[in-house]
Amino acid sequence: MSDVPPVAIRTDELAKRYGKITALAGLTMSIPAGDVFGFLGPNGAGKTTAVKLLLGLARPSSGEGWVLGAPLSDRTAHRRARRGVGYLPELFRYQHWLSAREVLRVHCELIGLDRAAWDAEIKDALDVVGLADRADDRVGGYSKGMQQRLGLGVALLGRPALVLLDEPTSALDPVGRHDVREIIRVLKARGTTVFLNSHLLTEVEQVCDRVAIVDKGRVIQVGTLGELLVTDAVRVRATGLENGALDGLRTFGELSHEGEWLVVRGIPAMRVPELVRAIVERGGQVYAVEPRHESLEDRFLSLLEKPHA
Amino acid sequence: MRALVIARLVIREAARRRLLLALLLLTLVVIALTGWGFSRIPTITQRGAPLPDLQVKLISSQFLIVTMFMFSFVLAMAAVFIAAPQISGEVESGTALAILSRPIGRAEYVTGKWLGLAALVAVYAGGAAAIELGVVNAVVGYIPPEPLAFIAFVIAEGLVIMTFALLLSTRLSGMVGGVIALVLFGLGWIGGIVGGIGAAFDNVGITHVGTATKLILPTDGLWRGAVYALEPQSLVATGAQAGPAAAANPFYAAAAAPLSFELYVVGWVAVVLALAILSFQTREP
Repeated sequence: MSDVPPVAIRTDELAKRYGKITALAGLTMSIPAGDVFGFLGPNGAGKTTAVKLLLGLARPSSGEGWVLGAPLSDRTAHRRARRGVGYLPELFRYQHWLSAREVLRVHCELIGLDRAAWDAEIKDALDVVGLADRADDRVGGYSKGMQQRLGLGVALLGRPALVLLDEPTSALDPVGRHDVREIIRVLKARGTTVFLNSHLLTEVEQVCDRVAIVDKGRVIQVGTLGELLVTDAVRVRATGLENGALDGLRTFGELSHEGEWLVVRGIPAMRVPELVRAIVERGGQVYAVEPRHESLEDRFLSLLEKPHA
Repeated sequence: MRALVIARLVIREAARRRLLLALLLLTLVVIALTGWGFSRIPTITQRGAPLPDLQVKLISSQFLIVTMFMFSFVLAMAAVFIAAPQISGEVESGTALAILSRPIGRAEYVTGKWLGLAALVAVYAGGAAAIELGVVNAVVGYIPPEPLAFIAFVIAEGLVIMTFALLLSTRLSGMVGGVIALVLFGLGWIGGIVGGIGAAFDNVGITHVGTATKLILPTDGLWRGAVYALEPQSLVATGAQAGPAAAANPFYAAAAAPLSFELYVVGWVAVVLALAILSFQTREP
């Protein structure tokens, strides 16, 4: 994987429209090689469309993208680059009349792997996804979870430089979800770039280096989890504050309510005593003050609630 | 080379899903039944005396043409049923996503599908026709004038309808594409009869209808070529005496298919396959 370009995925105003419907409205992002990148958004945000564009399964209406250095507009170069890409579709369906081992063999052949390496590759993939003891059973007899595991195994074949996982745990039980997180960590240790499409925030929070939040076909925020999640927030349990009194507190940061707690985002730690004093001066009675660690879910919801262009 | 991976998958699917087995068993049953039917022909008596050998062969040749028509019809149906959902089915189920994200071009994918289906059509048509001809020869000692040409025409007929169904499969669901392909196949057959009626009544307009259907979907033209390969000379002579009206009989051909038509069919298959590739290039699974 020494010839992997430093940027695994780059897009420049990549857009997809179906008639009047805009599925993806100008996606611009850059994912460094080796990153585990979370692509977060509610259903219908354009996540799967973005993945399909990146894989050449759909043609962009405008804009450009590069996968492992190959532009989407150059079909031959892109096709060649796809040798280094593994993909688990959201709609994972494999030939049900084949066994898992046979499905993997077909994909070894499609990737163009050296025939001598097939057995080892297939064994490795089956072991990693935990299907080794059912490898010779027909896929038609598999549960949904097992089929998704098989899809993951297919995506891992040939040690790809880039793996795109579209909702990889949608059919898995908690153990399966845990296994997928472990697999992603192994991939990261190998230096594989992982593009994780998900609406499961905890999943993304636990494994991703960087996250893009998309809504209505646009990236509304992108950055590392540290950048995205505001840590300089406090929550104060106070009573007796009139609505008018709150206006005077807005100078400390962005205010919101969580039950009987008042949340102040963006306040430096050194100004917390000043905040408490101001609350008391406005007639408030303070029962508790604590730092607030924002979860990805909070951030996600607050971003989606805000009107964005 | 990736096209061959797809082609092998098509064949393996037909084998795994017992499609080939079902077709083979049914075909063997039909061959056994018709074989028994052929074996009864020499036992027919006329005023207490068995039929002369020439007449046995003439009846056999007619019976063989009708039998083979049934085979060619089954072949066309089977080819449509396998080809029509071949691409659309994979797109609808999502199976195509994992395949097409691999370093394979759309042209390779469609060509692979075609090659796999073509192999199935050729093996089934060739195998069934060869066994039936062998059984007829063993039972009544009759061999049609050009058995190899006949098998080639039947295979070509299967390839034409299969290629057409595959083109439809790039855009339409299996059921819709299958129905359209079968309706056109039927129209082509009726078009051949209509054209024959036009020729019989010397009506240029109606004759043109026949020619047009023959060119749009050349299955009936190929069937006539197959029939001609099965006709003994005495039958062709009798038909010629009946005049142009005989052309309306779908189990009769007055003349061999011209070379220009055969070349047209080759070009037709190439163009329709190219259209299928072109159509699938812009399909987004």
